[in-house]
Amino acid sequence: MLALLFILFGAMAIGCALALVAQRHPLYSAISLIGVFISLACLYVMLAAPFIAAVQVIVYAGAIMVLVVFVIMLLNVEEEEHRRQRLKFLVPVAVALAGVLIAEVAFILVSVQESRVLPTSATSDVGITQSIGTALFTTYLLPFEITSILLLMAIVGAMTLARRGGLIPPRDAGKRG
Amino acid sequence: MEPQLSWYLALSAVLFTIGVTGVIIKRNIIAMFMCIELMLNAVNLTFVAFASFFHDVTGQLFVFIVMTVAAAEAAVGLGIIIAIFRNRETLDVDEASILKL
Repeated sequence: MLALLFILFGAMAIGCALALVAQRHPLYSAISLIGVFISLACLYVMLAAPFIAAVQVIVYAGAIMVLVVFVIMLLNVEEEEHRRQRLKFLVPVAVALAGVLIAEVAFILVSVQESRVLPTSATSDVGITQSIGTALFTTYLLPFEITSILLLMAIVGAMTLARRGGLIPPRDAGKRG
Repeated sequence: MEPQLSWYLALSAVLFTIGVTGVIIKRNIIAMFMCIELMLNAVNLTFVAFASFFHDVTGQLFVFIVMTVAAAEAAVGLGIIIAIFRNRETLDVDEASILKL
């Protein structure tokens, strides 16, 4: 039963990921990416991580993708037109690199399968919100606080970058305008 | 039959590879940005799978922090995209190959 669900959601994730790369219009790519996020959230529930699944849907499929779709619509992005590719030799390189990456990962997979793995059980309390909160505010308090500083830097940086007038100081911008 | 740890790792590897291929072959900067998000998610799947199979909450905390970094990256990255579009009137990365504005 769980194996069937895994195959269903895994196939959904891979199909949406392929659609993300294959689509020419960024808006369709964004919708495919939301499909990937939702199927990954389902896989997280199967892995007994309901909190991470909820955060995945709220933060990724909600906040981040709304931002991306907003920018796509703000900039009025057109479809990629067919034109002569200047870096056409990179396409076989990309395929070759993907092959190398798959080979590396297959090696790791074989190593993992040969090592001893503890069996999973759905009754463990690892994924519940309480255990995550306890660990986050005791053992991992410093990374948590550093993350908040990172978010503050991101807010200031995004405002500086996207401000009209760009990186020019406001004094010079006022002189020009 | 229960899904094994290696199944999740294989799925994560496939998703990561698709993301890498997308970053290399796409020319639209927003599409490349979304492929990077896909790669981050593939790594998150690995973290959650290991956390679940080893009964350790640390992996899920890593996922939490990776999500925060992804949100910060989205805000700053989209700010950079808007700045590039304002200066060049295009989102083609081949047109933005010079660092000078």
